[in-house]
Amino acid sequence: MDTKLEQIVKVLQEKAGATCEEFRDEVHVFIPAGQIVDVLTFLCDEHQFSLLSAMTAVDYLPQDATQPRFHVIYQLTSLVQNLSIQLRVPVRGDQFKVPTATSVFESANWREREISDMFGIEFEGHPDPRRILLPDDWEGHPLRKDYPLGYEEPQFTFNFEEIDVRKPYVKE
Amino acid sequence: MSLDHLQEIPVGPYKHLVSERAIHGETMILNMGPQHPSTHGVLRLVLELDGEVVINCIPEIGYLHTGIEKNMEAKTYLKAEVMTDRLDYMNNMGNNLAYVMAVEKLVGLDVPPRAQALRVILTELQRIASHLVWLGTTALDLAAMSVFLYCFREREIILDIFEMVSGQRMMVTYFRPGGVWRDVPVEFESAVRDFIKLLPKRLDEYEALLTRNPLWLDRTVGIGKLEAATALQYGVTGPTLRASGVDWDLRKARPYTGYENYEFDVPVETKGDTYARYLVRVRELRESLKIVEQALNKLPMGPVRSDDRKFVPPPRSELGTSMEALIHHFKLWTEGFPAPKNSIYSAVESPRGELGVYLEGDGGPKPYRVHWRTPSFDNLSVLPKIVKGHLVADLVAILASIDIVLGDIDR
Amino acid sequence: MGVEEKLGDMGVVTTTLETAVNWARTNAMWPMLFGLACCAIEMMAAQASNYDMSRFGMELMRPSPRQSDLMIVAGRVSRKMAPVLRRLYDQMPEPKWVIAMGDCASCGGVFNNYAIVQGVDEVVPVDVYVAGCPPRPEALIHGVVTLFEKVKGEKFKDPAKA
Repeated sequence: MDTKLEQIVKVLQEKAGATCEEFRDEVHVFIPAGQIVDVLTFLCDEHQFSLLSAMTAVDYLPQDATQPRFHVIYQLTSLVQNLSIQLRVPVRGDQFKVPTATSVFESANWREREISDMFGIEFEGHPDPRRILLPDDWEGHPLRKDYPLGYEEPQFTFNFEEIDVRKPYVKE
Repeated sequence: MSLDHLQEIPVGPYKHLVSERAIHGETMILNMGPQHPSTHGVLRLVLELDGEVVINCIPEIGYLHTGIEKNMEAKTYLKAEVMTDRLDYMNNMGNNLAYVMAVEKLVGLDVPPRAQALRVILTELQRIASHLVWLGTTALDLAAMSVFLYCFREREIILDIFEMVSGQRMMVTYFRPGGVWRDVPVEFESAVRDFIKLLPKRLDEYEALLTRNPLWLDRTVGIGKLEAATALQYGVTGPTLRASGVDWDLRKARPYTGYENYEFDVPVETKGDTYARYLVRVRELRESLKIVEQALNKLPMGPVRSDDRKFVPPPRSELGTSMEALIHHFKLWTEGFPAPKNSIYSAVESPRGELGVYLEGDGGPKPYRVHWRTPSFDNLSVLPKIVKGHLVADLVAILASIDIVLGDIDR
Repeated sequence: MGVEEKLGDMGVVTTTLETAVNWARTNAMWPMLFGLACCAIEMMAAQASNYDMSRFGMELMRPSPRQSDLMIVAGRVSRKMAPVLRRLYDQMPEPKWVIAMGDCASCGGVFNNYAIVQGVDEVVPVDVYVAGCPPRPEALIHGVVTLFEKVKGEKFKDPAKA
């Protein structure tokens, strides 16, 4: 790990109770959900991590109730120091709520809308919580692991007539 | 005659986004709908207009949402690569490169030098093709139609090179984990050299038509100024960011696939308006050509794909004689290769900005989660900020200069 | 025979009304700009100078549905876009034809999932399907010429019986 990153991670471990993992030269820091806005402000103002490169979420459909279901992932880049750090926020419990990061980075606005559209995670304090990629009257959150893919059976010659009858063609 | 049958856009869903005057009916809310000649794809803009001046602009996206991220979770790593071409459809080789580099980083696979040089040549040719289409469609939007026809003529030469190399003009899927699919044919070098000789003269012609044209300057100078701090706040990257004065290019800052071996400049402008974005991209065309020439001169001989048979299928000629090759081939095509139970983030510089892939494996042959950090998503989010106070015709120029591709945004 | 013999070299031909009308329809069929995704780029390339489509009468691409005869659905149609597509098709005046360009418009293509309409013939009636991902500009031109063959064979429908 880079020495500058090591110091930053040490400060985060003391202040925010973070844990850290490394994989293939990347640093993943686990932050509890309540502390994320303070950590982002700290990194953006004091260590010039001025670009929120990516923000996404992963669904770990858990086998037991103690594991968090979602991880919200923030990838920050510092242009002047040429460093990258990845923050992961485990979202626990039944209500999937995380405080919004729009006060720190404006790009989080659309990214959080996309995550709440695809995963159903609520961002408290978001100025514009509407669906962004799917139609407004869509039900469900597609990127969750219990949402079906919507796979339609391909029409080969052996099942051509059966599928042809069921397909909703438009006649005029 | 009552006008009730004309459907009005209800202010209701946008009440928190439009100004007070719209609710009282003083300003007009107009829909620049998903089907429009200058929205570069299916983008819907809800504009609040006071006469011809834009007060607020609300982009509505999602009309091209394809569910690629969920669909890639249902396919093995190799078969999912087919979908990556179709994300940012102007930058097929670049998307392949981003995905393949992510897979190689996740499983820990090396790439031989000849494959790296070929990747650089083809990615830069793709960058040239993408910028040519950008130039053609931007000029078309601002009513300089002949540039459109000229740019597409040059792009056809590049597409012929792609077809010679991979068999397909656009959806190439040429880069594979461990290298490239197969070696380039004998005619590749002469075709690329002819193109390198041809393009600078043509670029001079296009610049003579546009760069100091008073009509072009009138329509682009001072339009849509983007400050550097705002751009970083909104997550803007790529030529749009470099036109605002920030010198950040992933090819120089975090070199990949051997970009550190070539000498090239990264054009940066300071004004941040539409004209600066135009200048940055036109200069990038020339820099890409320099990189292609250097890479072609230094192209080393050797294998084009890694030897690691756990991830790379063996050549067909070995299948008749070697039992291990047959078993590897069988396992790779029926089941696929396993990836570790961890995640990585890997980014490349696409013609639009930082194209990043967050790839997570779960020990099995299919990706657990693939997220694409696409540059046009963040680049578009800065549009409402920079278009305030301009005319509708300027909105068209600004939207063209940000260079969005809707396949990138909606995935 | 008959009239033509008597007129000789006066430059007059006789034909049926249907042939004349269909000839007029095919020689100047204006497509509507409905490029959605990657196929739109190949449609633009077919319109550009290398594979010129204006040789076939498609000089202009009108963005307005009220002024066009042919809708080339080029690209993948998502569930959010399907009502918009139907609305534009309804706004086109008769006679109108639809070409489904590419695999995604014909059958859903590579994307067999929740977000893409599996074949645009679930939304509008299609006359010609052009396969390919994306189809080469020559394939699109072949599709257009096939449509012209189809139009040349069309007969008038008696409005009293329809």
